[in-house]
Amino acid sequence: MSTAIHPAASFELEQATEPGMDQLLEISMGPQHPSTHGVFRMNVVLDGERVVRLKPVFGYLHRNHEKIAENETYLGSMPYTDRLDYMCPLTNNWAYALAVEKLAGIQVPERAEYLRVITGELTRLQNHACLIGFLMQDMGASGTPLMYAFRQREIILDLFEALTGARMMCNYMRFGGCRVDLPAGWLDQAKKVVAEFPRFLDEYERLLVGNEILMDRTQDVGVLSKELAINAGISGPMARASGVDYDIRKVDRYGIYDRFNFRIPLGSHGDVYDRFMIRVLEMRESVDILQQAMRDIPEGPIVDPKTKIRGFRPKPGEAYARIEGPKGELGFYLVSDGSPNPYRYRVRPPSLINLTILEDLCLGRNVADVVVILGSIDIVMGEVDR
Amino acid sequence: MNLEIVKSEIEANVPGCRLELVANPSPSAQHSLLLDAEHAAAVALYLRDAADLRFDFCSNITGIDWPGKVVSQKVKVRKLVEGVEQEVEETHTTTVPGFLEAVYHLYSVEKKHGPLILRLRTQDREARVHLPSLTPIWRSAELQEREIFDLFGVVFDGHPDLRRLLMWDEFQDHPMRRDYVDPDDFEYEPTAHDEVLQRAQQHLSQASPVQQSEAEGR
Repeated sequence: MSTAIHPAASFELEQATEPGMDQLLEISMGPQHPSTHGVFRMNVVLDGERVVRLKPVFGYLHRNHEKIAENETYLGSMPYTDRLDYMCPLTNNWAYALAVEKLAGIQVPERAEYLRVITGELTRLQNHACLIGFLMQDMGASGTPLMYAFRQREIILDLFEALTGARMMCNYMRFGGCRVDLPAGWLDQAKKVVAEFPRFLDEYERLLVGNEILMDRTQDVGVLSKELAINAGISGPMARASGVDYDIRKVDRYGIYDRFNFRIPLGSHGDVYDRFMIRVLEMRESVDILQQAMRDIPEGPIVDPKTKIRGFRPKPGEAYARIEGPKGELGFYLVSDGSPNPYRYRVRPPSLINLTILEDLCLGRNVADVVVILGSIDIVMGEVDR
Repeated sequence: MNLEIVKSEIEANVPGCRLELVANPSPSAQHSLLLDAEHAAAVALYLRDAADLRFDFCSNITGIDWPGKVVSQKVKVRKLVEGVEQEVEETHTTTVPGFLEAVYHLYSVEKKHGPLILRLRTQDREARVHLPSLTPIWRSAELQEREIFDLFGVVFDGHPDLRRLLMWDEFQDHPMRRDYVDPDDFEYEPTAHDEVLQRAQQHLSQASPVQQSEAEGR
């Protein structure tokens, strides 16, 4: 290939800025590090304990998901989307199904739309609960908060298992609907889980929100300004913590989100504490959406009978569809050339793009803060590296 | 959002730019604008800052590989065959050069509209694969353009830190290209075992028949 490969950025070690510190130290955090949520590496240059430079290194989990999907039929990629952000398989399914439906002009029956909202919002609940648990774990609150979150997540995963047959790799959505209908008694069980969820949130909030150590570690740490958040393409809870009023559920009103009453919580400081609080508040709104959806869900077919599952060939063209995933804007861009497999299949990974500003947030902070800041961004390496 | 209006607005405000509307026949009806590489940065800056457009959020950037293809066309020609003028069918083959494409999906957080889809095309797939980087305008392009550079081999001029993102730095090819072929062995490195084996084989060939049979365990 004629394109020259640029050499890896090498740090020139400069004169340290503080007196008494005559050397800078370069360390590699990761790829095997308890705080990096998977195989993620940061090259950090330290002046004493202060971060002078930070370069993320990606690719340890790269398997070229997009290339694999281009050699696969449209439906064949559906189970593979589960593996992107393995914490939230159902929202990944949803985004992909939405993109294919846009590409081929498929309508989704009403009951299926409700099922998507219910499973999608349950996914958001368990993702946010776990994120807060992991954030506490990163701060040194070993075990307890994470186990509280996991206890709650288990209950939701039990619901997923009863509905889809799998706890994590759900493979539930289909183009034009969903794969199976609700089993008997599922809705009552789910209503019970959702009704009890606010009790968990109350408990969690009482333990954490006013906690002095947590406030010390998170307030004014990793401040992200509104302007930078928009310009750097930051999406989801992370952008909203910086005061960016942008929720795709409200802006695009995809699916049936225009039928529900819910509010978009916004942060004012853009620090780690705001990012944590946004998740707590968003879970409360998700509970609201879930209660409305489970009250209103109609009877009817769950998949459009006219959609062809096998031998599916969309007309040539392209489509980009996006949803408000638990981690941010999750988008799929598909180009069809009329053959049974996509000509181009692209995932817009919120985890990767939210990492763009990692260095900006960490500069001038201590190493210990890097861990907390990374934890508040909410990444899953399966999606970052694809 | 009418793309025709946006197009004429850009043309009025960015002198000299050449825009082309790329129609999308699929039901999604997401049509796009093809920019010329020279004025891409100026157009992007206008789209971001114009008061009525304000495309401040560059959501998704991706590459597409369009390899060159050979198109054959049958043409009827009048010709002298064995002294008689006849109508003969001839096949003409023309090669359509390939190119690499970068696609930008823009949204507006302020005005809550979008997507506006921009396309940039390289001149070919081998030598002239340079495109202007839009990272100075939208920071969100930083990692995504690095990914396109890595997987497709588009070189973004003006990118502050253009390195491979997902593959390792010593890797040579661009895996998302259509004609990419996996190497047989990704990271072949001669090991000490090879040397030892070679020395042992040399030693064996020089040894006497008795030693040889002993060494072979007979």
